[in-house]
Amino acid sequence: MRLLTREALLSFRRAPLLSALSITTIAFSLFTIGLFGLVAINLREALRGIEERVEIVAFVFRGTPAETIALATQDIAAFPEVRSVAYVSEEQALARARSELVEFRDAYRDLQVNPLPASIEVRMKEGYRDARTVERVAERLRGFTFVDDVRFGRDWIQRLDQLRNVTGLVGLVIGLAFAAVAVVIIGVTIRLTLLQRAREIAIMRLVGATNWFIRGPFLLEGALKGLLGGLLSLGLCWAGWRLFRDSAGGPLHDLIFFRPDQMLLIVVFGVLLGLGGSLVSVGRHLRHV
Amino acid sequence: MIRFAHVYKSYPNGALALKDVSFRVAKGEFVFLTGHSGAGKSTIMKLLFAEQQPTSGEVRVSGYSVSELRADEVPRLRRRLGIVFQDFRLLEDRSAAENIAFALEVTGARRDTIAARVMRVLTQVGLSAKSRAYPRELSGGEQQRVAIARALVNDPSILVADEPTGNLDERATRGVFQLLRDINAGGTVVVMATHDLDLVRQVPYRIIELREGSVVYDSQADEPESAQSEMPS
Repeated sequence: MRLLTREALLSFRRAPLLSALSITTIAFSLFTIGLFGLVAINLREALRGIEERVEIVAFVFRGTPAETIALATQDIAAFPEVRSVAYVSEEQALARARSELVEFRDAYRDLQVNPLPASIEVRMKEGYRDARTVERVAERLRGFTFVDDVRFGRDWIQRLDQLRNVTGLVGLVIGLAFAAVAVVIIGVTIRLTLLQRAREIAIMRLVGATNWFIRGPFLLEGALKGLLGGLLSLGLCWAGWRLFRDSAGGPLHDLIFFRPDQMLLIVVFGVLLGLGGSLVSVGRHLRHV
Repeated sequence: MIRFAHVYKSYPNGALALKDVSFRVAKGEFVFLTGHSGAGKSTIMKLLFAEQQPTSGEVRVSGYSVSELRADEVPRLRRRLGIVFQDFRLLEDRSAAENIAFALEVTGARRDTIAARVMRVLTQVGLSAKSRAYPRELSGGEQQRVAIARALVNDPSILVADEPTGNLDERATRGVFQLLRDINAGGTVVVMATHDLDLVRQVPYRIIELREGSVVYDSQADEPESAQSEMPS
């Protein structure tokens, strides 16, 4: 183990420029992924605010007994997708209309008969706010005999879905593209190190070193470079985030940064990239020597 | 210790490097492999330390069948051999002692035994005073001695030397050759490829001469079908 660490560290000293190149490459690849990640998590945070408003309203026939509605409300609250259920009586509906729809306040004031029906308002749990699930729950609500009509913002829920899918997909594609570029460049820099040390590897093989013994220092070296690159990319992301947040101001001042577990994920990803790049080029090199 | 039986070796480009080569080397022998460049000496060397595998026929070295050797068994075979080259193959950024210690470290030798073993072989090759010198600070003969010390440090039963004196002047050649003779006198088999016929003629050791991939002369043939009577030129 000591020899392994010594040999891995020695390669940093022997080829500082090459090592710096690998680390910077990993750092910038992860920085790009990280920046996109920051945009994605902030977008998701913003979407969550909108998603909170995903709601299904089931209008109830006039004259439905209160006990029937109370029982049904309990049933609906037990749906796995449902976060909360609220009953809005005809009077409450009217009061709300009067306070919220200021333009029609006069029209609502002089009414002899309340035209607004009672309703059951259903809010969905996080993760169930997509169009298909909402449609399914709405369909079940329609099954209650006392329900007259069910409404939900089908169009904008679908648009929300699309937005989510597109950001997720773009994030994935860009992330994968940069990860692939990072793996290739790490592979190339490790390969350059290998070529530089081809003589040493040949000698190691001649004196009876096993392939795993030869691989060890290179893998450790790759993992270390990945670790350093990952940490550096986090630093860059943080600096970029601070700079943007401080200069933008306004609502952008609330932009969030990665949680500790997300930061760990980036660093682990860096280590894996480094390890993967080394493994591929060492494997190929050892087959050819 | 070594057995070649009807060995053929051809390369992907179609060139036939060895044709029906058969010989045995017994314990304690010193064998010269001679022949012009391209005669097949280096191919035999590479087969000996399993750098290559025969196309057909059998190569047995120190109990291992090279033709059947799995990739993970190659290091085990090599730890039983000492290998020396014309170009020394020392690591330039390590001292003489570190070069030798490296051969022990990569084979997982116990750390507390390494220094003593390195010193022992350095003394054996007459370089104990230069243990801290780097290859560039040593003469060619001294570098080859370090390479031989590295080959010896794992106590090999066979020493394979490919043109070990090819890069040395006459004086250094004599010194290195004497060292190889001393090693052989200690019981280690030495197989030395060379085209220095003056050196070969100085001693009564066994000579195997190759020409165009075939054995054309074996001074101690035990397999008549593999050797034709022809003296080295």
